[in-house]
Amino acid sequence: MLVGKMEPAAFERARAQVTDAVAPILDAVSRPLDVAHDMIGEGKTLLALREENARLRAGQDRLLQWQAIARKLETENKALRELLNFVPAPDTKHISARVIGDSGGAFARTMILNAGSRDGVRKGQAVITGAGLVGRVQEVGLRSSRLLLLSDLNSRIPVVIESSRVRGVVAGTNGETLRLVHLPPDVVAAPGDRIVTSGHGGALPPGLPVGVVSVVGESGIEVEPFVDPARLEVVQTLDYGLDGIIEFKAGRAEKSR
Amino acid sequence: MKPTFWHRVDKFARDLTPFALTFILLVIGAIPFHIPGFAQVAPLLPMIGIYFWAVYRPDLMPSAAVFLIGLLHDFLSGLPVGVSALVFLMVQGAALAQRSFFFGKSFVIVWIGFMFVAAGALAMEWVVLSVIAGEFIHARTALYQFGLTVAIFPVLSWMFTRWQHAFLQVE
Repeated sequence: MLVGKMEPAAFERARAQVTDAVAPILDAVSRPLDVAHDMIGEGKTLLALREENARLRAGQDRLLQWQAIARKLETENKALRELLNFVPAPDTKHISARVIGDSGGAFARTMILNAGSRDGVRKGQAVITGAGLVGRVQEVGLRSSRLLLLSDLNSRIPVVIESSRVRGVVAGTNGETLRLVHLPPDVVAAPGDRIVTSGHGGALPPGLPVGVVSVVGESGIEVEPFVDPARLEVVQTLDYGLDGIIEFKAGRAEKSR
Repeated sequence: MKPTFWHRVDKFARDLTPFALTFILLVIGAIPFHIPGFAQVAPLLPMIGIYFWAVYRPDLMPSAAVFLIGLLHDFLSGLPVGVSALVFLMVQGAALAQRSFFFGKSFVIVWIGFMFVAAGALAMEWVVLSVIAGEFIHARTALYQFGLTVAIFPVLSWMFTRWQHAFLQVE
């Protein structure tokens, strides 16, 4: 352990190599499991079809309203950007990867993905699903990489409260909820506030949904993440093109205090 | 009669199986099952292998092998390097120390022994990781993990025993 603290780089390489070596086995074994899981999911869906349909119809009406609003805002936004000569955020590239390893145990929250440096995955990239942020890439091997979930004790994500634009940091607790920390002292957060990434630090694009404030109490502010890692099969890593600005290492040193 | 070359290869391959089986358990433990919450409480399968072989065939599971399994477990599960190696070595040490006591005792006694050893090992892991993290980390999932690991011990133990009778020559 001490050697691990002194020579983190060597151990990281070793770790990535071991993960790389085991990745094909895990990949092969996890496929049939995914199929079985999908089949169970299909069955459940069929059972709930009628109910689901009614719910979707109601949802669609609401979404159409939102779409109209979004269209209006988009044109307005575009017009305003043109007025201001706004520098747009760099284009992001998506790399899709399958989750082939989920071996955290009780004390670590990481997953193994079947894409590595040869597929364009880089350390520090954001990992997302349609629902929101899952975590970020912690280590990269040639054909596999390790995803550090939001809920891991070492996870720190710079965020803002969506409505008030107050900056903070979402920290993992090893439990099911996350903690919102490092807020300015006089800020009030209320349950139901949406938390999104702030883009500070350069590695994560701004505006990725992270979670919703669930409990505001004496012991701090708890955030319920949008993504339930237990059901992840396919995720996307975001190549934002900016991951070199701030070394991911620097963040880790601060975390492992 | 001097054993032939193939005899020796055969014996070597058989003697390697305790390590290989434990390694397979390690990989099985890393497969995603997509059951909500399962990954956090999944039984610590390698620990069962290490304990079993330490009690029944310590000659086939040297400390170096245990250390290696622990290191690989750390690499795969993303724990700080060395934590599992330390914990697994403790499991082996505890099992070896009590080996003469277990000798000839019924399976239930060995199982109860495993319960104590696993509890100690998980507690140790929690302490070490809390020290590294600098705060008390949630330990509730570790309790469930402990329960599942102890619960699955008889099943794996039975499989290992069959394996031992089938493939491993008695001491």
